[in-house]
Amino acid sequence: MSFESQTTPRSRISLSQREAIWAYLFLLVPLIFFATIRFWPAIQSFRLSLFTWHVDPARRLFIGSQYYEELLSNPVFIQALKNTLLYTVVTVPASIGLGLGIALMLQAVRHARGWYRAIYFAPFITPAVAVAWVWGWMYNENFGIFNRVIVEWWVFVERIGLPWLAIEPQRFLRNPEMALYSVAAVVIWQQLGFQVVIFLAGLQGIPRIYYEAARIDGANPWQLFRHVTIPLLNPVLVFAVVITTINALQLFDQIVNINFTNQGGPLNRTLSLALYMYQEAFGRARLGYAAAVTVVLFVIILVITLIQLRLTQRRVEY
Amino acid sequence: MKHSVRLVIALSLLLGLSFGAAQVQLTYWQYEFNTRIEAMNQLIEQFNAENPDIVVVQETFPFDSYQQQVASAISAGQGPDVVQLFYGYVSAWQRAGYVEPLPQEHLSHEWIESYFIPMVESVKIDGEYYGLPTAVRSLALFYNKDMFREAGLDPESPPATWTEFVEAAKALTVARGPLFERIGYGFGGQDHHLIRTVLTNQLGTPPYSADNREVLYGAGTGEEALRVWSDWQLEDRIGVLEFIPGTSGYREGFITQENIGMIIDGSFAIGQVQNGAQFDWGVAELPTFDDGVQANYGSFWMNGVTPNAYSSPEKLEAAARFIEFVTTEAAMQLWLDVVGELPAARTMIEDPELTSDPVYGAFIAGLAYAEATQFVDELAQRNVMLDAYNRVLLEGMDPAESIAIAAAEDQALLDQFAAE
Repeated sequence: MSFESQTTPRSRISLSQREAIWAYLFLLVPLIFFATIRFWPAIQSFRLSLFTWHVDPARRLFIGSQYYEELLSNPVFIQALKNTLLYTVVTVPASIGLGLGIALMLQAVRHARGWYRAIYFAPFITPAVAVAWVWGWMYNENFGIFNRVIVEWWVFVERIGLPWLAIEPQRFLRNPEMALYSVAAVVIWQQLGFQVVIFLAGLQGIPRIYYEAARIDGANPWQLFRHVTIPLLNPVLVFAVVITTINALQLFDQIVNINFTNQGGPLNRTLSLALYMYQEAFGRARLGYAAAVTVVLFVIILVITLIQLRLTQRRVEY
Repeated sequence: MKHSVRLVIALSLLLGLSFGAAQVQLTYWQYEFNTRIEAMNQLIEQFNAENPDIVVVQETFPFDSYQQQVASAISAGQGPDVVQLFYGYVSAWQRAGYVEPLPQEHLSHEWIESYFIPMVESVKIDGEYYGLPTAVRSLALFYNKDMFREAGLDPESPPATWTEFVEAAKALTVARGPLFERIGYGFGGQDHHLIRTVLTNQLGTPPYSADNREVLYGAGTGEEALRVWSDWQLEDRIGVLEFIPGTSGYREGFITQENIGMIIDGSFAIGQVQNGAQFDWGVAELPTFDDGVQANYGSFWMNGVTPNAYSSPEKLEAAARFIEFVTTEAAMQLWLDVVGELPAARTMIEDPELTSDPVYGAFIAGLAYAEATQFVDELAQRNVMLDAYNRVLLEGMDPAESIAIAAAEDQALLDQFAAE
């Protein structure tokens, strides 16, 4: 296109201006799309959170910040908020750490790297619902594979006369202290492949020349990792951290399906903000209150993402 | 069958188009469940044939997203004119405006109160009815006769008291160390109703006050009910929650895996048990305590009208005529035959053919003393009871303390509803 523009000197606007206009024109299409299906509903849901819910707009009562006040004093909301932050604190470092570790190891693998990558990526493309159901069975107290192994181990250590090595069968999803971590493990397992793939891509984008230069200067493997890999991988790290955090804050599918009888249970210990919002909106027909939850969730995600971008982008070195 | 339905609809649409706008179109919604859809298709076919001025079209949605679909569609001024809803949703739906009162000029209260069993009156809100059922449900005990024989129990005398129930369940249970291979009773499913409505009532006090403004089980027999039920797991070890994962895991374990000896389930499960069970099974009325006081939990899905039906007098009249049609004795008989749910008309549940039926009999008997607990917020009140028993089972809390917390939470929900 730029070639054609150069050959048509009739126009009065400069080439760069014309290119800018075209760029904005093309950007306008997705912008209108996002404005109508993303931004407008977001503004609407803020409006909704100030009214009681009724299908007839004329019968919605303005109550101002009442739902926000209710939120702050509602123990279930507080529990869901705590859980959501805990999910984030657990799943983000774990899946980034494991993902980076596996990517580094895969990079050292010479044969069948594509196969390994495919294997690690498979959980990510498996539907969350199917994953949750299968893990629900694996965690099952009586028939799950984990307790099966624990019981076999128990029998084994008793036979060899070391009964103090035995472990009690666990209630992975029903123990209030353990349930959230059991769900978090599933989420980490599922996201791992995504992390591995983007870290692999990031690692392959680092020019060999830096490693060679550092090695000539006598750098050991740790120094290579710390002073070459990490700084040059920073953009990928920032992306991974932001995306994983947002995913963790919006956790829904896995929680809903792993304990279908008591979603978010036991005792609300696996309840996430997104699930809480859904239950209030469609289980209890309190859409105004649910909208208030959404607004709070939006603010939390916005603030956390901004802080992360501030903290992590400072260190980008080229 | 489906072709003929489509043909009727297509023909009626054509007729409607060619003869002008005299014809009213009604949209009917219910959740997806094969036999329910089939029964409703047959009813709609008959109705459309008998009422050339009305065309009813059925649309269905998966159960898990049903309420979400209703909320979005009706808020957008679309979706159903006549909608099927669980009686427990009615308070929340009425408050949100998803359902409107049934038009009294077409469906009079005198007729409703003389024709339907009294349970239907339990969902009258501020003097208005918001729906009428084609069928109702009650609870009963399903048991595996083969397993009874195997365990040396008499398959023809199912437990009549909770003491006998625990004894039978113990005999049926096969434990391996701390885990179970087979359990005597399948926990889950309907147990929150069992504690709140059945056991509490059997022990002598109702769970809520008659005007449904006050929670009574906290000070009443709720504590004892929760203790008895929890002890089945903690002391008697006749089973465990989530033995088979999933909402209907307890039923699946009973029907297909055959590792659950007894379940307490609603009459809606009859069809599934009849089609799925490859063993000799039986149904018995719910056991009682030693004093023999009976109680049961009844519930129903009902047909209500949405604001869409109020868009014109013709539409409202058509909706009322349709609701009247799907609640006739003939419709109830069809529903019983196809779905297996019990009829909601007074005359029909006294039919000796039904009351002496080996399967339906126990449910019909239960209906006579069943109570449909009125909910202001079905989901939240269900969770209150689930949390009450989970605190006892998983955190070792005393039932007295746990039921007190539950009663306070439940009271807060009732108060909140009254205030809004």
